[in-house]
Amino acid sequence: MTKALAIETRDLSKRFGEVRANDRISMQIASGSVHGIVGENGAGKSTLLKMLFGLYTPDDGEILVDGESIKFADPAAAMAKGVGMVHQHFMLVEPFTVLENIILGAEGSRNLDEAKDAARVVLLELEKKFGFNLPLDEPVENLAVGVRQRAEILKALYKGAETLILDEPTAVLTPQECDQLFALVELLKGQGKTVLFVTHKLHEIMAVTDDVTVIRAGKVVATRKTTETSAEELAELMVGAKVVREVAREKHKEHKLRLALKSVSCTNDQKQTALKAISLEVYDGEVLGIAGVAGNGQTELLEVITGLRDVSAGSIEMSDVIVNAHGVSTDPISLRCMGMAHVAEDRLKTGVVESMSARDNIMLGYQREPDFSKHGILKLKDIAAKADEYFESQDVRPRNPSLPIGSFSGGNQQKIVIAREIARNPQLMVIGQPTRGVDIGAVTKIHDQITELRNAGKALLVVSADLDELLAISDRIAVMCEGEVIGVMPVEEADERTLGLMMAGQRLDQTANAGSV
Amino acid sequence: MAAGVNKLPWWAESILLPVLNLLAAFLVSGLVIWSLGEDPFMALSLLIEGAFGFEEAISYTFYYSTNFIFTGLAVSMAFHAGHFNIGGEGQAMLGGLGLTLAVFLFGDFSPLLSVFMAIIASAAFGALWAFIPAYLQAKRGSHIVITTIMFNFIASALLAYLLVGPMQRPGGQMPESADFPEGSSLMGIHDVLSVVGIPFEEGPMNLSLLIALVCAVGVWFLLWRTRFGFELRTVGQNPNAARFAGVSVPRMTIYALMLSGGLAGMMGLNELMGEQHRLMGNFTLGYGFVGIAVAFMGRNHPVGIVLAAVLFGALYQGGAELAFEMPNITRDLIVMIQGLVILFAGAMEHMFRKPVTKIFERFSAGSAA
Repeated sequence: MTKALAIETRDLSKRFGEVRANDRISMQIASGSVHGIVGENGAGKSTLLKMLFGLYTPDDGEILVDGESIKFADPAAAMAKGVGMVHQHFMLVEPFTVLENIILGAEGSRNLDEAKDAARVVLLELEKKFGFNLPLDEPVENLAVGVRQRAEILKALYKGAETLILDEPTAVLTPQECDQLFALVELLKGQGKTVLFVTHKLHEIMAVTDDVTVIRAGKVVATRKTTETSAEELAELMVGAKVVREVAREKHKEHKLRLALKSVSCTNDQKQTALKAISLEVYDGEVLGIAGVAGNGQTELLEVITGLRDVSAGSIEMSDVIVNAHGVSTDPISLRCMGMAHVAEDRLKTGVVESMSARDNIMLGYQREPDFSKHGILKLKDIAAKADEYFESQDVRPRNPSLPIGSFSGGNQQKIVIAREIARNPQLMVIGQPTRGVDIGAVTKIHDQITELRNAGKALLVVSADLDELLAISDRIAVMCEGEVIGVMPVEEADERTLGLMMAGQRLDQTANAGSV
Repeated sequence: MAAGVNKLPWWAESILLPVLNLLAAFLVSGLVIWSLGEDPFMALSLLIEGAFGFEEAISYTFYYSTNFIFTGLAVSMAFHAGHFNIGGEGQAMLGGLGLTLAVFLFGDFSPLLSVFMAIIASAAFGALWAFIPAYLQAKRGSHIVITTIMFNFIASALLAYLLVGPMQRPGGQMPESADFPEGSSLMGIHDVLSVVGIPFEEGPMNLSLLIALVCAVGVWFLLWRTRFGFELRTVGQNPNAARFAGVSVPRMTIYALMLSGGLAGMMGLNELMGEQHRLMGNFTLGYGFVGIAVAFMGRNHPVGIVLAAVLFGALYQGGAELAFEMPNITRDLIVMIQGLVILFAGAMEHMFRKPVTKIFERFSAGSAA
């Protein structure tokens, strides 16, 4: 085994606004090895990869390729140094054939036929070496996802990749395709290539990698030899030690059922099943936390509750009234009138209009209320007064509500949004990712506000990718995986490891067994 | 993180950039004129003289401007809801048809009623003509750029059929209707001015200019002072947020496009009731398309649109005078100059944005240091 390093990073850092996406990342990737990078969503894996591939410029630190310090200006520069990347979302032109896709940007001739013929010779050679068998003349749109991924890998190899970065390569694959991929990764390693395998699925790390680096909140928390670690240890490292943050919490007294989901199913935008017969209950005076790896139905769950998506089966009741069921749907404005508030999980996509002023944004969703308009005419003075009031009470900076909301930091945007949503004293609050992209100072304030609402007898449902956050603010935690609720447990019984395993799809009884191993 | 949000002060955005675009267009036009052996500065002064130099010229300039105010407002109304209405031309034709039907229906009872009904009908027909593409966009996802363009052709064919068929002037050979009944017209501004004792030379500028200006104020009020306008702009800028706020995006698309079509439809008031006093097959003459450039140049704000409309009106009128005065400058060249303005103000709108933004960044960095 050669000890030469294919890629090394030294104190690589990248900030976005006040968020440190990558904080002094140092890691060493041995040449000819398969190196895993694991971390939760939002841990900073993508940022790291984008810097390695020349899509982002590091703020600080350096990247060494084959021992040589490199500054990549763009992906082309990275490829010239033998770093290739297979993105999670493939970069293929669907109507073009595999061959055409592979030579795209590296045709080498003005005459397309000549270019293709030349490339075909090289590709057949490569295919033989790595055991590919791709239909080179088939349009990509006719191919299965796994085959497309191979085309991407072949493309990177054709362009001279010595190190291949695979970003969440199994996210779109069937189990059989996954096995084929793992075999291919072994083969690549056998031919001396270096593979950087990025995932949040622990069993994949255990199956294919030689070494593994765990990233958490933008920092490297551990590097292990895969043979010397276990999925359990990695899970713990990934989610981190429980931060003991005592939130003054009163035990809730008399509680009324505020929100009930009864065997709710729904489909996503691609008409695939997103929720499978989910049942959940939220009572007054409690916070129900929803944990899960992003993309396991949490988004759709928020949408069916808040009136943005119809259910395909089952029913949702709020305050004992059916609000969403087959043939029944309630629009967001009516739900707000019933006392529901919604902090959207993707602020810029859904929760605010980025280009409009903060002042305009404070009435979004409430624009028809008498506070803000009368006979259809906006009450500009009242709106301005309300905005000033929110800015004061939430300490939003800079204190200028006429700026477009997009020019505020994530934390300040979220403060404005939360001020807007709690202003009408809602009975039920549905919150998606309360502190995503929010700076540390604002996080504490937001958590305190959530607890205050709970203590005031409100019902809260909080979806978060941050387990620490859920453990700090929830009374009960439900874990979602692949559109199902894997289990619900009181926060006293929950810990990161159990939740982590449940997030990976293990049911409560199984996790109990796993715990005893 | 908030890249791209309001990097320029408003005056640079709304005044400096359009002026730079305009200067660039004039510079290129000047080079062409110079290469033809004419003096570009002379040409410019003739153009300005021809547009504003005497009362009749002013009348013509504002007569053309009226068309552009209507069509520019129409484009911007749809734009604020996130859509490109390329169908102003067809909607104007249908508006013209509507007002023609109204004047023939009511003209014999009372001229005042017929004028009133004509205004309503022009807007209503334009709105209905926009409704079909809007509905197809909102409910079926048919792209509105494509459907509105196609509806221009349908409108044109419909008008051609009616004007050589059932609506043709009895005994006439031209594709045009009979003259409107006596009194079913909008007064010339010169007539109005003479009533109050101000002498003004006769010209085609008529009361529809005032209607257009009222519409401009109305559009401003609707978009920025009403809840409806807030919801409309929300749909245009972030449909997800609109849904979050309980606004029905399809419904708002339909409303916005109908308002847009109504505004375009009212263009016929100026052309037909102000000047021609009969319906003609091709009275829209591309004003619907120029409205796109007017809206862009006016930054989709009613004040900007009125200013841009005056500019284009001046180009039309002054250009015609220029072609008359300078033998080497033909009518085609005037069309080219107008085209250059559209090119620089519309298609290449962003050409100066980057350099100007850079200068501002350097300037603000310098003043901060």
